[in-house]
Parts: sequence; C-alpha cells; structure tokens
Amino acid sequence: MIHVGLTHFLVVSAILFSLGIYAIVTRKNAIMVLMGVELILNSANINFVAFSKFGNLGLGGQLIALFIIILAAAEAAVALAIVLNIYKTFTNVNIDEIDNLKE
Amino acid sequence: MTEYTIILLSVIALFIPLLGFIITLFSGKKFPKVYWFEVGVTGLGLLISIIICFAKLAFYNNQNIISGFQWFSIGAADSPSRYFIELGIKIDNVAALMLLVVYIISFVVHLFSVEYMHGDKRYNRYFAYLGIFTFSMLGIVVTHNFLMMYIFWELVGLSSYLLIGFWFEKKSASDAAKKAFLVNRIGDIGMFIGILILFFTYKTFTFDSIFSQISQGHLPFDSTAWLTAAGILVFMGAVGKSAQFPLHVWLPDAMEGPTPVSALIHAATMVAAGVYLLVRIFVMLTADAMLTIAIVGAFTSFISATIALTQNDIKKVLAYSTVSQLGYMVMSVGVGAYAFAFFHLVTHAFFKANLFLGSGSVIHAMHHEQDIRNMGGLRKKMPLTYLTFLISSLAISGIPLTSGFLSKDGILAGTLAFGKLTGHWLIPVFGFTVALMTAFYMFRLVILTFHGEPRDREKYEHAHESKFVMAAPLVILAVLSVFIWYTPNPFSPDAGWFLSSWVKTPHTVVPAESQFNFMIYNAAGESALHGEIVHSELYTETIHWAHYPAMLLSLILAGLGILIAYVMYQWKKIDVDKLTEKLKPLYNLSLNKWYLDELYHATAVAGVIGLSKVLAWFDNIIVDGIVNGAGYLTKLTSKLSGLFDIYVVDGLVNFSAFFSGFIGLSFKRIQTGKVQTYVVFVVFSVIILLLIFKSF
Repeated sequence: MIHVGLTHFLVVSAILFSLGIYAIVTRKNAIMVLMGVELILNSANINFVAFSKFGNLGLGGQLIALFIIILAAAEAAVALAIVLNIYKTFTNVNIDEIDNLKE
Repeated sequence: MTEYTIILLSVIALFIPLLGFIITLFSGKKFPKVYWFEVGVTGLGLLISIIICFAKLAFYNNQNIISGFQWFSIGAADSPSRYFIELGIKIDNVAALMLLVVYIISFVVHLFSVEYMHGDKRYNRYFAYLGIFTFSMLGIVVTHNFLMMYIFWELVGLSSYLLIGFWFEKKSASDAAKKAFLVNRIGDIGMFIGILILFFTYKTFTFDSIFSQISQGHLPFDSTAWLTAAGILVFMGAVGKSAQFPLHVWLPDAMEGPTPVSALIHAATMVAAGVYLLVRIFVMLTADAMLTIAIVGAFTSFISATIALTQNDIKKVLAYSTVSQLGYMVMSVGVGAYAFAFFHLVTHAFFKANLFLGSGSVIHAMHHEQDIRNMGGLRKKMPLTYLTFLISSLAISGIPLTSGFLSKDGILAGTLAFGKLTGHWLIPVFGFTVALMTAFYMFRLVILTFHGEPRDREKYEHAHESKFVMAAPLVILAVLSVFIWYTPNPFSPDAGWFLSSWVKTPHTVVPAESQFNFMIYNAAGESALHGEIVHSELYTETIHWAHYPAMLLSLILAGLGILIAYVMYQWKKIDVDKLTEKLKPLYNLSLNKWYLDELYHATAVAGVIGLSKVLAWFDNIIVDGIVNGAGYLTKLTSKLSGLFDIYVVDGLVNFSAFFSGFIGLSFKRIQTGKVQTYVVFVVFSVIILLLIFKSF
C-alpha cells in the first residue's frame, strides 16, 4: 500500500488551485467564476488540513479549515445575491459585457 | 530828503508798473476800464520820478546813491572761489535823468494810446504790456550790476516781442516779432559772454566794484586785449538792442507794432538802452573798443540815413531815422563824447517819440494809411499835429533853438575832435554827411505828408485833428524838444546845466597804455573826487576848437538838406522821377535797404536752414538709423528667442507631455477593466516572484 504523505496532499491541493484559477480566468459566466473561487478556497482548506496533520501545528489548521468553509458559504450567499442583482439589471451574467464602470 | 528815501522811492517807481501790469492783465476781462489804472500808475510813477530826479540833482549832485544786498552766494563758505551775487540800485545823475525820461515818454504814450488803440479787442492787454515794458526798462536804468541789467535786458526784449506782435493775426507782425527777438538774441549772446568774462575775473557783477578793480590794474587774464574783448562783447548787446549795423534789420520791421509802441519802445527808450549800457560801461572801454564802437556807430548812421532817403512808408522813414540817430549816439560814445551821447539820447527820446506819435496821429486820421505818397495837404486838416511834427523835424535836423541842435552839434564837434586827434577823419565825414541826409529826408517826409495838394482825396476828406488825449502828448513832447530845458544859451550846450553840472564824463579806469592818450585823466587835475573827472586839457581844447566849425558846418548842411527837400518836393524845380531814373542803381540800393535783408536771407537764414537740413539728414539717416537698427536688432533677438521658446522650451514641455501620453497609451492596454485579465497578471506575477525568490 502506498504511503500517503504530505506531498500527495499538496499535489492534489495544487491541482485543485490551478483548476480554480483556470476556471476564474477562462469562464465568462459569473457563476462559473464563483465556482472557481470555491475551488481555490477548498485547495487552501486541503493545505491547512494537511499541514495540520503532518506539521506540529495541532488542531489549529483544521479549525481554520472549518472557518473557511463557513466563510465560503457566506461568501457564496453574498456573491450569488450580487450575481442575481446583476442579472436583474443587465439580464446577463456574462462578466465581459458588464463594463459600465469602464468609461 | 535822505539817501534812504531816494532808494525807497526808486524801488517804488521800479515796481509800480509791474503792479499795473499784473492788475491790468488779470482783471482786464472783468473791468473793461482797468486800463485807466495802468495809466494812473504810470502817472504816479512819473510824479515819483520827478521827485527822485529833483532830489538827486539838487541835493546829491556829486554823489552816487547806491544800495544793494547780497542775493545769494556760490561756492563753499570760506573758499577763495566764492562768488557773491548782489542785487541793488544805483542812482547817479544819468540814472535819475533816464528814469525821468522813461517815465515821461511812457506816460504820454499811455495817454496817446487811450485814444489811438480805442476799440481794439485786446485793449487792456495792450496796456498791461506797456506796463511790463516800463517795468523792465526801469530795471535797466536803476540797476547797479550787470546781472540785473541782463535780466531786465531780456525782459525788455520779451515785452518788445509781445508788443511788436500785438496784432499777431497779421503774418507780417508775427514775423517781425520773431525777427526782432532772434536778432536781439545774437547780440545778447555776445553781451552774456562779455559779462561772464568780467564776472569770472572780478567775482562780482557790480559795476563799481568791477571798475575799481580794473583801475587797480587787475585785468581779465592779465591782458588789456581781454578787457577790449569784454568791452566789445558787452557792446554787442547794445548792437542788438540799439539796432546797430549789422543787427539793425529788426528795427524797421518792428514798425508792424502799434504806432505808440514804436514811439515808446522802438524810438525813445528800449533802443536807447544800448546807448545807456555803453554809458554805464564807458569807463572800462579801451581805445580799441572805443574805436570799434565809433566805427560801428558811424557806419550804422550812414547806411540807415541813405536808406531813409527813399522809403515811402511814414513809419519806415522814422524807423531808419531812429537807427541813424542811434548810430550817432553810439558813435559819440566811441569818440569819447560821453556827455553828448547821453544828451542826444535824452533829446532824441523826446523829439523822436513826438515824431512817432505825430505819425500815429496822421495814421489814425487817415484810417491806417501809412504810405506818404497817398498823403499831402494835411497841414490844413491837422494844424496841431503839423506844428508839433515840424518842431520835432527841426530838432532832428539840428536847427537852432531846438534841443536836437545842441546835442547833435556836440556829437559832431566830438567826432571832429576825435578825427583831429587820432587821424580817423572818416568818422566826422560820415557824421556830417548824415546830418545833411537827415535834414533832407525829414523835410521830404514833412512836405509829402503835410504840404502840397492831397493826393488821396477821399481819405483826406475824412481826416480830422486828433482828440485831446492824443494831442496833449504831442504838445508836451514838442515843448520838451525846445532848447530851454537844457541850457539858457541856445548856441552853447556847455553853458547849460545839463552838461555843466548834471552829466559829466567819468574818469576812465583803463590802464593808460591801452587808452587814447587824450582820454587819460591828468593826474594834476583837481576834481578826481566823487568818481568823476575832467578830460585832460587836450581833448577839452580840441572840442572847443571843433565847436564852432562843427556848428557852422552842421547848420549849413542842415539848411542845405532842407533846401534840397523844398526844391525837390515843394517847389518841384527838380523832377524827382527823372532824377530817380538817372540814379537808378543808387535809388534801388537805398529803396531795397542795401539788399541787407536779402543778403541775410541768402547767408544767415539760408545757412541756418541748410544746417538744419544737414542736421535733419543726420537725424533721419544716422540717429534714426541707429534707433531703427536697435529696433531691428531687438526684433531679431526676440524672433530668435521666440524660436528658442517654441522649439526648445515648448519642445521639451510638449515632449514630456507626449512622452507621458505615450507611456499612458502603452500602459492603457493593461487596464482592460476585465477582472480575469488582472487575475492572469496576478497569477503570473506571483509565479515570477516565486521563481525569483525561490533561491533565497
């Protein structure tokens, strides 16, 4: 059986982070961008938990991870509300086209 | 009467005409009758001057009354080059008599003008000008120093200018005024230089202290030549003011002024100021200076007498006659006949003023006709004018029982004595020739004006005798032209009080070697006291010797002149026109005043205009060229600095703006406003940073 070490966790976290970035950069749909943000938050969570387990940090990492989950939920709620409002205003959630502040 | 009172009275007499001038000038518009104030002031001055003259001659006959005060000083205190400038009054016999003469003439002219100028639109201003003239003339008379003399000299010139140009609407009048002023200026420059030579030598302007320093042997630059120069230069002032050749040309033109002015200024007083000046400086004239003066005077009297022969304007004849008589006086000073020069000044003032006022009366009656060819027969219409005019004509011609006979005879005797003692016989020859011509032209004038048949009927019919205020001055002056005022014996001027006790020739102060030997005072003589002396025996004797020949000859010549005038114009035995035709060149020379005006126009005036043209050219080309060049240079540098501004300074500013713009434009692309782009930048930046800091 393969011993699962810190590196594995970090690699998974890195992959997840990259995917999140990729989603944020490439998606036009605001909801998709938000989902990318969630992915990044969760990659950070994995890092916290992994360092909590393999480092000498005690349970602090896990506590922070929980905190981030709660924060992510709150963020999602607020962000989705914003996205809804945007949609109401512009009948569109495509972030490329919402550029009224430019100009 | 104390000396103090006399000085006080002279100051009052000097300044009241000024008061009259100021009040008449500034209240003339409001009070149209204010000219009576001016006349009254002059009358008051006349009274005062009578008192002064009487007091001086009666109580202080041998004593000069001098009073002065320091006006200011130049130079540092205690410095040896300190100059004290004094003002003051000197009343000697000459000044006292002159004061009286000026006031008498001034007063009668004021009276005469009341009627003559009646209806003139600047009536009061005319009287104000007479006032300022009287003031300035009196200043010349009473002053005791050269500076005041010069100041009043110029004031007299100014008032003469104002009065000649009184009818300045007439071009000829304003031209004549200008001419008089400018010609006088030429003489005044010489006078000023002469005064400065004396001032810088003697550090004072006062006559008496200059003369006493000369008599102590102190000479300008230690040279009698400089003393001669100073004398001649001061005499130049007299040449201008007394209308001597070559500066006499202004006086005939000055007849453009009102006729009473001609009587007051250009016959009796102002033009005599030059002679008065010579009388004042007589004691410092060297032999050379006196000879120069005598020659100038003789030539002037000759040249102007010849011109007077053919003039047709009544005032022009009198004007040239005045120049001629002034030449007599100057000549008389030159030959050393000091007392006769002053005597002739006084007598001439009265009879010449009378002649001018008489001509004014005629001109007034003939409605401003001045050409004697249009007159004639006025004797019946204007008997009083005729009579007074005749008396004065007799006086100027030198007929016995008149004042003119006495003074003229004295001058001629003086020239004769001078000729005998020095060998300059041309001077008496000129003198006697002039006596002949004077008698001729005066009686030509009298006959053409008053005798014969009227040649202009219409004007003759309107002619009338003048009113009282015009007639009274004529009578006064005619009475003063009779011998009795000057001497009890009509054939011997020396017997009279005028010459025997009032006016005595002063002692020359010039060093003996540069004075005529007959002028030098004989040290053995007794009356050197009180600053006056007798001539040495030689001159006195010679004058006595000359007295009877001169009297006889001048009588014959005057009679001859009058006879010729009668033959030619009264009895018409000689056809004047034919004679004129025969002597055409001479006649033209005389009629055209020896072409002197033309000569001056061709030389002096054309010279000045030519010089002005050269200067104008210099101004236009050189000065303007420099100015324009400076302007062009400024423009050029401005252009250059403008270019510098536009290309370099503005270039820098624009470049920095452009550069910022360029930078902004290039970086503008980064600011897409798209969050995703920013994220990409952030990610890549982080990656790059990580790669950089990995090694630490």
